[in-house]
Amino acid sequence: MKALRVINPGPQSLIEDRGRYGFTSLGVGRSGAMDRAAFALANRLVGNPKGAAVIEILLGGAEFEAQSDLWIAVTGAWGVLQAANRPAEPNCAIRLESGDRLSIPFAEHGIRYYLAVRGGIEIPETLGSRSTDTLADLGPQPLRVADELSIGLSSIDPIPVVDVMPVRLPPQDAIELEIRPGPRRGWFGPESWSRLFSTNWIVSPRSDRRGIRLEGAALSRVKQEELLSEGAIPGAIQVSPDGVPTILGVDHPVTGGYPVIAVVTDDTVDRLAQARPGQQLRLVLATGR
Amino acid sequence: MKLLPYGEKAILVEFEDLDSTVSAFIGMERNKPAGVIELVPAARTILVRVDLAKIGLRAAAEWISQVESEPSSSEPRSYETKSPEPLLVRVRYDGQDLASVAKLLGMSVESLIKWHTSTPWICVFTGFAPGFGYLAGGNKNVPRLETSRQSVPTGAVGLAGEFCGIYPRSSPGGWQLIGSTGLELWNLDRVPPALITPGVSVRFEAVSK
Repeated sequence: MKALRVINPGPQSLIEDRGRYGFTSLGVGRSGAMDRAAFALANRLVGNPKGAAVIEILLGGAEFEAQSDLWIAVTGAWGVLQAANRPAEPNCAIRLESGDRLSIPFAEHGIRYYLAVRGGIEIPETLGSRSTDTLADLGPQPLRVADELSIGLSSIDPIPVVDVMPVRLPPQDAIELEIRPGPRRGWFGPESWSRLFSTNWIVSPRSDRRGIRLEGAALSRVKQEELLSEGAIPGAIQVSPDGVPTILGVDHPVTGGYPVIAVVTDDTVDRLAQARPGQQLRLVLATGR
Repeated sequence: MKLLPYGEKAILVEFEDLDSTVSAFIGMERNKPAGVIELVPAARTILVRVDLAKIGLRAAAEWISQVESEPSSSEPRSYETKSPEPLLVRVRYDGQDLASVAKLLGMSVESLIKWHTSTPWICVFTGFAPGFGYLAGGNKNVPRLETSRQSVPTGAVGLAGEFCGIYPRSSPGGWQLIGSTGLELWNLDRVPPALITPGVSVRFEAVSK
């Protein structure tokens, strides 16, 4: 049996795949890999099926050991890896022999790495997915020291022949997100709407897979009545009573009771996965369609 | 009915009251066109999520307006129940807020319990936590606590707004607690894991322990 051993999970390492779909009637949301493009690339680089489970590593400072000969790839956040005591590139397939260690440094760009292992992480599914949902407390527990992860043997594609993928690194300066009006835009005055675009937002340290809090300005409501909970999606920008906007992440609650002023476009919402605490964030109005 | 924008892949449909939301939800679930991935019902709204490769927002909006225009209100409280027998939930009426809620509603504790156990409750939507169903039918309005509790125990039975709900597990919460049940509401080894899902009717019964 192929396996990968956790030497050090760093601040947080979670198993994630595409997530859960169609369970909102149970009160369960999508969850899954937060940076879908990095997740897909990691699997592609080792010839895995599209939805194979990978490890989402927050910040870095993590180490793993191959318990058998393995192919792996690391995508998403960027830092110089050490594989078998040699520097190794992210965004390409790396061969580890049994006993080799892979260490993932604290990220220089972005904040979430994706570690795919050829064959996929093999653990039982919960409601059709191997993802950890940190809000619903579903799926596998966060990885701990000495965990041994089984690697699948399902039929897969050959390892693509590429030296290095031309991947745009997550930005170190401001992250830009495109937004469109949300259902409760009218609950806020025009000055709050324009403040969304004119503010140099800062990503709060109190941000996680459930939501990214923004610091920098308060958005004030013109309509004060209580909102009854309504359906939510990742990327919805909800505003709490103190005027603080929070962009919902993949582990968001299925319904929420704060008014949604705007919604981040599907094309740009994954950039949130790489937003570092303290990083600048700009909102721009989406054009077209 | 109002259609509100929700980004490029969803529309939020808002209704006048709970009854029209529920009957529209039933109608929409019955005639969902390809491309409408999911409907997320709530107290006054239904969030319609679409797959743009299969249906555009404009076509989805047209479908939503047509569903509404179907005469669906011949029986105003036509909630579809999933089972003929309601789910029986035995409750110890010992909640921390029982006395103050009764006072708030201008009733005695006894008549509050009588109201709660004689009401035919029905789950109209879920959310907040896995297995947490919003039960409607009580026709009373109870405000949330001013400050949420850090931790509400598993099985706590609470009231908020027009709804009754049971905490499937311990979590923070702002509902006013009137009692508790030992019934296991969420269990992943069960299919489905939640006992209370939209359409399930619920009856409460008072027990002494």
